[in-house]
Formats: sequence, structure tokens, C-alpha cells
Amino acid sequence: MADIKRLAGMLQELDDLLTRCMRCGLCQAQCPVFARTGREADVTRGKLALLSGLSREMLTDPAQVREKIDTCLLCGTCEANCPSGVKVTDIFLRARAILNGYMGLSPAQRLIFRRMLPRPKLMNALLSMSALFQGLFSKEADPVIGSSCARFNAPLIRDRHFKKLAKKPLHRQVPSVDTPAGASGLKVAFFPGCLTDKIYPGVGLAALKIFKHHQVGVYMPAGQACCGIPALSSGEADAFSSLVRQNAELFSAGKWDYLVTPCATCTATMHKLWPEYHRGSLGRVITDNIMDVSQFMIDVLGVKPFQNEADKTPVAYHDPCHLRNTMKITAQPRSLIEAGGRHTVAELPGGPSCCGSGGSFNLKHYKLSTEIGLEKARAIGATNAPVAATGCPACMLQLTDMMSREHVSIPIRHVLELYAENL
Amino acid sequence: MPNDSLQKEFAAVVGQENVMTGESDLHAYSYDSAVLDQVSPAMVVRPETSEALGRVVKLCNENDLKLTVRGAGTNLSGGTIPHSGGIVCLTNALNKVLEINEDDLYAVVQPGVITAQFAAQVAAKGLLYPPDPGSQAVSTLGGNVAENAGGLRALKYGVTKDYVMGVDFFDVNGELVHSGSKTVKCVTGYNLSGLMVASEGTLGVFEKLILKLVPPPKAIKSMMAEFDDVGAASQTVSSIIAAKIVPATLEFMDNFTIKTVENFRGAGLNTEAAALLLIEVDGHPAQVEDDASQVEAICKEHGAGKVTVAKDANQRAAVWQARRDALPALARVKPTTVLEDATVPRSKIPDMMQALKRIAREYKLTIGTFGHAGDGNLHPTILTDIRDKEEWKRVEKAIDAIFDEALALGGTLSGEHGIGLAKSKYMHLEYGTAAIEYSRKMKSVMDPKNILNPGKMLGPLLT
Repeated sequence: MADIKRLAGMLQELDDLLTRCMRCGLCQAQCPVFARTGREADVTRGKLALLSGLSREMLTDPAQVREKIDTCLLCGTCEANCPSGVKVTDIFLRARAILNGYMGLSPAQRLIFRRMLPRPKLMNALLSMSALFQGLFSKEADPVIGSSCARFNAPLIRDRHFKKLAKKPLHRQVPSVDTPAGASGLKVAFFPGCLTDKIYPGVGLAALKIFKHHQVGVYMPAGQACCGIPALSSGEADAFSSLVRQNAELFSAGKWDYLVTPCATCTATMHKLWPEYHRGSLGRVITDNIMDVSQFMIDVLGVKPFQNEADKTPVAYHDPCHLRNTMKITAQPRSLIEAGGRHTVAELPGGPSCCGSGGSFNLKHYKLSTEIGLEKARAIGATNAPVAATGCPACMLQLTDMMSREHVSIPIRHVLELYAENL
Repeated sequence: MPNDSLQKEFAAVVGQENVMTGESDLHAYSYDSAVLDQVSPAMVVRPETSEALGRVVKLCNENDLKLTVRGAGTNLSGGTIPHSGGIVCLTNALNKVLEINEDDLYAVVQPGVITAQFAAQVAAKGLLYPPDPGSQAVSTLGGNVAENAGGLRALKYGVTKDYVMGVDFFDVNGELVHSGSKTVKCVTGYNLSGLMVASEGTLGVFEKLILKLVPPPKAIKSMMAEFDDVGAASQTVSSIIAAKIVPATLEFMDNFTIKTVENFRGAGLNTEAAALLLIEVDGHPAQVEDDASQVEAICKEHGAGKVTVAKDANQRAAVWQARRDALPALARVKPTTVLEDATVPRSKIPDMMQALKRIAREYKLTIGTFGHAGDGNLHPTILTDIRDKEEWKRVEKAIDAIFDEALALGGTLSGEHGIGLAKSKYMHLEYGTAAIEYSRKMKSVMDPKNILNPGKMLGPLLT
């Protein structure tokens, strides 16, 4: 029991944040996990009550609480709609760090977060090796979507339909870029992010093509590290800080006006979480300078939706939660889709909602993640659009799995790829 | 605590996956939206069929297990806080709209259907289900009936009880009791449906509800009027009604609430105004035009500094955004928000506002008041921090004082939040002991073992 007292003491730092919840329960209307399970411990109000209960020594088993706190997509929809403004993401990230500090991580997580992730070169080498051999284990599932599935019963892959690692990641196709600002008078620092680099290099190439077309200079240094969200969301504050420090030093060395990324999750992490959680200097990388690429294109470059009477192809657009909820970016990706002149946005029936990816949530809670994702796939299918698009490679991965399994056999593109096609 | 064999019996009825006994799961059902002490139940069950629901009730009665039925758990008076050693029965898996009848204007629903989702389905058929409690995005219709929930449209359209045509419910033995009818008129037997309304889970467990639907208004007009005197705003309310105009909605915000909302949203409210009235009239287009201009004139006669009439849907949305912002904005000021709903005859609103001002001063508390001026249902909202024990004592005294004042003005303890645990100790002040004894006798016959949400409404447990 003395131990529980120590944990309760550690959780006291959350008390002021937790007390803000007035337990109105309106988060029940927002939470994708609660929508599936109907259980109070799965909705934000319940999770906050559990943390509060643990900190007041009303509960005796922190393992049960950790399991519930981990059953969250960190999509931020509840926070964006919370009447009393509870800082939900902040609470959950801090709680995960506290609970991990108290209970420890699994050996596999320790290896990944403490030994591998903080070393970009090692990660790149390991994944290049995997890319060579992945064909041995997988077979094609849906050629239009570009998904694969396991050739035999594999524990981690299970029945996933996944997108394979790129044969040649972006950092090997374009190791680094440093071009001056052209006619636009602007120069961006470009942070592709891990998934763009290793799985969707085409998204990175599309971004570079767009910058060239609009005469925007690019600073893309070699040796970029992960943005840190996998570490932070697993409660690994030290690994997170190490990654942020590497990136902050790398980008502070260049001259640029805005730091842009094509990944909703990276943008949200860099914008909101770097300043909040990094213990140390961020150099020149300050919040006001960090943007999603579509936001930069529309708000800074002034690209406009193309107005003409031609027949246009509808595009089913999925709002990534980290753009919609965290960054409040919903109009810019839509404008960019329509800016090419050939596409028009088809809204999903039922409005925007999480795709169920949630990063490591997908690994830990694959069944729930799938239930949420298949519903998203059906919503995309219901638009009858011949192509789907989004602004986040993590969502693209989840959509690949879900749409392939639901036989919604249409290509899944990044909005940047759609726009770049017209240049 | 139900033993293992009893747990197995419940699991056989609702399925193992619908029985929760883990410490964390139980803790998550130890509260609702009321600011009260938490109590964890011994078990939570989530039946997926009506039949299973009935058998849960029967099992509880046979084994002397206290049963608290829970929809979304948004109750503001502790009505869904369970008993130590008791069972919580969730209705949210019983969420089917069974019928929407456009010819006879009724709907049949299971108790766990979410209010706003139901209203949207009804609207899609071109009809209206008017009750719109503040928690409608998540609240269940079963909970709305059990609490007789109100809402913004109550002035013209009434509250939940005005839309309940029938309730099928399980008695404590798990027998299904039918009551009410799909017809407009029905005098067959006692009005048991009426008895179930506002029964707070103490008399029966709802299985099915028959709800009345109405045609929606063809036109709507909203406006916002600013006053530099609370008395004038309140007089305006009385004059509008006296002019034989019944707005669908007639809402009030005091200066503290106005300032807090403006600080929160920055939508350009006049923070100098002592009070705002937000008014919506609806009906036939010609009548709406007529009513709106009369209401505008009445506001001006009573010294309204500025009356803004919404010209389009966007402006109308802006008017109601201000009202919807009231609670969220107030809630952000301090950690704990105590939302009361003492209600007075509408002519007594100026007196009630005076009294609230005095109470805030006397107990040195911050109270923001907004609410349904048209029906006298104010929401004095005390902004505090429950961790400040000395201040919390003053909050409790202030709540007592608010109830005393409301009753002295000929009002009632609760307009729409229910009695539950929070207000049962005040019941005798409003109705005297005879009403409580009558109710207790009635309950003792229908629920002889006192398992149905005991201790709620009628005060301490009957022994």
C-alpha cells in the first residue's frame, strides 16, 4: 500500500488539470472508442475519474488504470469539444509517463524507445534490411489500394492488409536538399516524417515537386529523427526529448521561413508537444513557424481553389484528427484538392471522425482499431468517389488496411500527391 | 457483494462480456454529473435485449441486490449514483428506435436511445420531438423520462412528460407492465405511464417508451435584447406573455454570465448590459413576423438598449451560440461548477435575482445566473473549488438559502434536474411530510424489498 501512496503522490501533479472535468459526460458523443464499447471506463470522463481515483487512493490496482488510459486513440476529438476545456491529451500523456515510470515498460518497448528510435541511422539501416526481405513474408492483397497481407500466420501482422516498406526510402532517393528561395521569396524547412520517408516516399517527392513549381526554396537536411510522438505517447519522456533535441539542432542550422511537414501527426506533435514537453532549447524551431504543407500552400502561398466548369472527379477526403482537432485545419486540405482543377471534395456521410489508427493504439488494440476503421472504410465507400485522400501518412496506412479488407477498392492518396499530379 | 455463483447467473443472462466486476470498471460507474460523493457498485451489467433486462431486475429482487439503472450518467442530482454492494444496469445497449409513425405522430423506442440521435431521425421524417435538455447529445430517452427532463423549448412546447404516451416497464419481479397507448386519448386504468415519469428509477425499469411527435414550425425568428436593468428584463418577459405571445424559447443571462461568455468567445456581446434576453418565436411565417415585431416593440418599451433580430441562419446560430456558451464559459472560471435549477413563477424572477445577489454577497461566493426566464427556471451557477473545504461549507449553506428563497417565492426545488440524492433532504420543505409518506407507502408496496434505486428522492433508506 505504501507504493500506491507513492504513485498517488506522483499523480498529484495532475490534480489541477483533472479537477477541471465537471463530469458532464458530453465526451460520450465524441469518443470513437466509447461508440464501440459503450463502457464508461473507455470514455474520457471515465478515464479522468480513474486517474483522479488513483491519485486519491480510492483504487488499488494501477495496472487496470493503465490499461484503460492506454485504450485511447489520442485523437483529441473530446478535447476539441469539451465544454470545460479539459486538457485531455496533456493529462493522458503525463499520466502515461507517470504510470510507465512507476510500473515500467515491456522489454520490447524499452528496446525500441531507448535503443532504436533515438538513433535515426540505426533505424534506417534496420528498416532497409526489412524492406529487402518483406516480400518473403507477404503477398499482394489489393493491387489498386497497394496492400499486402501475410503469406502465413504471423503474430504481429495477423490478418492485417498492410502497405509494404518502400523499396527505396525518400532519404536514399533524395538524401538532402538546400535550395534558395525563388520568385516566391520563401524558403521552407521540409520534415517528411518517418512514414513518408519509409513507406510513402511519393508524398515527399510530391511535396518537393510542388515547392519547385511554386519557386519555394527547400532546406531538407539529412539525418532527420522521428518527431517523437511514438515515444511520448508510450510515456517515454527521455527518448522523446532526445529525438526533439536532434531535430531542433538539425533544423536550427539552416535558414528558412517555415518548417513544414506532410504528416498531420508530426505537425501536431511539433506544434503543440515540442514546446510543452521538450526539456531544453528548440533553437529556431518555434510554434508559429511550424505548419502542415497544405496550410502553408493555402494560407502563406495563397494558392486558390480552381474555378472552372469542367467535370471534376470526386475525392473522398478523410480529416486526420491531428489536423482537424489539434491544428483546427479542415479548409486548407480541401482547398488544395480543388486547387488542381480536376478534383472536387466528396464529404463523408456522418461527418468527420477518427480512422481508428491512433499510432500504437492500432498495435495494442487491433480489434477496436479495426471496428472503428472498417466503419470509416464503409463511409468512404458510400461516397462512390473513385479516389480517397487524406493529409496524414498514418491515416493512409490505416485506410489501406481497412479499405482493402472492406473491399473498397480505390486508391488512397495524400492531398499533396493529387495536387502535384496537375503540375 | 454478489458471490461467484451469482455473477455466473448474471453472466448467463446478459453474457460474460456484459458483466463488469473489475475495480476500474466499477469506479467508472461511481458518479454522475452531480457534485456528490462517489459510490462504486459491486457489479455492472449491460443487457442487450429486453428479455435480459427483465431477468436482471428479477435476479436483483430475488437476491436483495439494490439496482440503479443508468443511461448516460448525466444526472445532476445524483440519481444514478449506485449503492455500495448494488448493481448498475446500463441501458445503452438497448438503443433501437422501433417505430416512427408519421400517420399517427408517435414513436416507439427502447430506453437507451440517445435523445439528439432520436430527434435527428424524427426530423429526417419531417417531424419534431421538442424536449431538448442540455445533455441531449448524450442523454438517453429513458433517463429523460425517469427525470422528466426539460430544455430550452419548454415554455411553448412543454417538457418530457408532455411527450410520454406510454411506458412499458418491468416491476421488481421482472413482470412486464404495459401502460399508456399509441392513441391521443387513453383513460384505460391508472395513468401508470405518468407515474413512471420523474420516478427516478425507484418504481420500475423502463422497457419501451411511446413518445409523442409534433409537426415542426414552418418559420423561426430569433433575437437578442440588451437591458441595463435586471428588473426591466424580467418585466419584459411578463409583458410578452401578457401580450398573448408564447415564444418557443425565452432565455436570460446575467451580467456576470455575459462578461464570462464574451471573455470566452469574443463574439461582441455588450459586457455593460445588466441582462440579456434571447428570444425565439416560431410558427406560421406570417404569425412569426407579427410576433417578432411585437416582441421587439415590447423589449424597447421596457428600455432595451439594443435589440438584434437575426436576419439569417448564421445570425440565428450566433444568438444561440451565446446561450450554449453560458455553462462552458462559467465552468472554466473555477475548478468546480455547481449548477442549480430552483424554479420560481416567472413573475418572481426579479425577486429571485435580488435574492441570488444577496446570497452571493452573504456567503462570499461567485454566482453566475442564466436560464429559462420564460418558465422561471433559472440556473444559478456557483463557481468554486471543492478542495477548498472552508469555501465548500459556504457553498452548501448558499444552496440551502437558494432553496429556501425559491420556496418562499412560491417556486419549486427542481425545475428539471431531479431530486435524487442532492435534494431529498429538502423535499418536506416543499410538500410537507404527508406527500413523502404517501410516496414511501406507495413504493413500499411496489418494491417491498426496496431494491429499486433506494434512497433517491424519498430521503434516507426505508428500513
